[in-house]
Amino acid sequence: MPSITLKNIQNRVYENLNLKVRDKEFLVVLGPNGSGKSTLLNVIAGLSKYQGTVRFDDRAIDHQPARKRGVGYLFQDLALFPHLDVASNIAYGLKIRKLPKGQVEDRVRELLELVHVTHLESRYPESLSGGEKQRVALARALAASTQILLLDEPMSSLDEQTADLIKIELKQIQRRLGVTTLYVTHDIEEAVTLGDRLAILLDGNIEQVDEPERVLFYPTNKKVADFIGAPNILDCSECNSERGGVMRVDCSILKLTVPHDGNAIHKIAILPRDIYISDSKPKGPGINCFLMNIENIVPLTDRVRIYLRLENTKLLAELPHPIFDSMDLSIGKEAYATLRMKKIRILENNWD
Amino acid sequence: MQTRNEKFVFGLLPVIGLLSIWEGVARFGLLPASVLLPPFSDVLLELYSLSINGVLGTHFLSSLVRVLVGFILGAAAGIIFGITMGWNKVADKALNPIFSLLYPIPTLGWIPLLMLWVGINEMLPITLIFICSFFPILYNTITGVKGVNKDFINVAKCLGASDSKVLFSIVIPLALPNIFTGLRLEAGMAWRVIIAAEMVAIPSGIGALLMKAESLIRIDIILVCLIILAVMCLLFEKFFQYLEIRMTYKWRQYAIHHP
Repeated sequence: MPSITLKNIQNRVYENLNLKVRDKEFLVVLGPNGSGKSTLLNVIAGLSKYQGTVRFDDRAIDHQPARKRGVGYLFQDLALFPHLDVASNIAYGLKIRKLPKGQVEDRVRELLELVHVTHLESRYPESLSGGEKQRVALARALAASTQILLLDEPMSSLDEQTADLIKIELKQIQRRLGVTTLYVTHDIEEAVTLGDRLAILLDGNIEQVDEPERVLFYPTNKKVADFIGAPNILDCSECNSERGGVMRVDCSILKLTVPHDGNAIHKIAILPRDIYISDSKPKGPGINCFLMNIENIVPLTDRVRIYLRLENTKLLAELPHPIFDSMDLSIGKEAYATLRMKKIRILENNWD
Repeated sequence: MQTRNEKFVFGLLPVIGLLSIWEGVARFGLLPASVLLPPFSDVLLELYSLSINGVLGTHFLSSLVRVLVGFILGAAAGIIFGITMGWNKVADKALNPIFSLLYPIPTLGWIPLLMLWVGINEMLPITLIFICSFFPILYNTITGVKGVNKDFINVAKCLGASDSKVLFSIVIPLALPNIFTGLRLEAGMAWRVIIAAEMVAIPSGIGALLMKAESLIRIDIILVCLIILAVMCLLFEKFFQYLEIRMTYKWRQYAIHHP
């Protein structure tokens, strides 16, 4: 499978964009709406104008029109041809390549099986559910190319359950076929689940390209940290090994239990979304649970940020809107914050 | 759910009612000037005798040929220009200003000019029908072609389709519902225009027969002509409705049944 290299890409969205997608990689481009994510896919597919160079392996394809680039592209609204049935939608690209009829039929059947929609073969797109449309669109994109696959927020129109299922299948199919995949989303959760690596795209600039864990815990700059929700990083003064592979760590006022045995811990980190917030004392032993003051509440599009403080220790937590709405939280009130023990990361000594 | 036959019968009932009232009112002389409204049965008899002696057939055929030739040429030109202008920006920019100037002129307004340019012959009504069919079909086709979601076009390109392949396999099929709307409306309109043209300028056809009947105060013949006109408008519109359903029902049935 080819790698994709974008070099010095310039147009009305990008000043100077560089990105490399490795051979067989699942790279997720993560950015807020309006950051230029879709345009990136359009540049690769040859649907947007640009200056600079796009290479598949070491072959520059800038002078090739979209129809000659041979990429599978799954659009945000899927764009299944309404006047063709499922099988004809999938066969469309194969027929254009003038493959013999038998070969087209075999390939269509393979693809129908691959995405589990064989029974929908002769249905028309309007009568399909969101998840079914998704599968058909994926099969059609793969019919065009099993080398390069571009996906533009394909889960945005699906309910959560269907999206989760399709994500798992997508990842399996991608692994099996080894197709070099570029997936665009604004959803951090989705990006972390799917991506081998993430590329953070903010205001037309790629700010960081890294493994999901690295992006979450080591954002390269403040912009990325603000977008992702910077991890809480706490200095630890004293730590004692306890039985059962855990350590007691004093991070100023917070006394934490951390799964670790061995060397002394100097810094720990926890992501805002791994802190549970509750307006009443949670049941259970109350490990790593602290009653803190709510200093500020900032609603974002998909979640709510809550700034907490206990004496001079500050924590940032994030909640999905429905959970936030179900509780009685407001600025100045107190809330219980539970740091999920398994999600606490011990940072290397050289972290700064 | 009513079956199709039931629907048809229920649609027919009011018409039968109206005709019965007409028959009764005229037959029993309930109107002050009953000579002005012959009974429906008399009109039917006249329709029969006019058909037998060939007068109606000759006039009807001349009108029908004019409508068919003018409409087919006008529709073909409207669809071809419409697709070209909807698909090609240069063609659109070049032609649209001209057509938007000509479009508002009422079809019958062309008659004096065409009488001098074309002369009083078969080409005159055919040209009029051409003009009356061309513009609405042109604009409906342009709307249909331009209205095709750009994503469909982009997807097709990514799947390897050339411009002409995109046009013929994606854009035109998806523009069909709009094109048919134009065809359906204008198929009826062509009959309205031909009658008017024949009444004013041409000595043959249903319109001319109407004028002759008026000068002889033959109200039964006038009514025969009007009935034929009504039936032809309806038949032409229904024909295109049928054709539209035949060509697009498969992929639009879900939307039709689940609005």
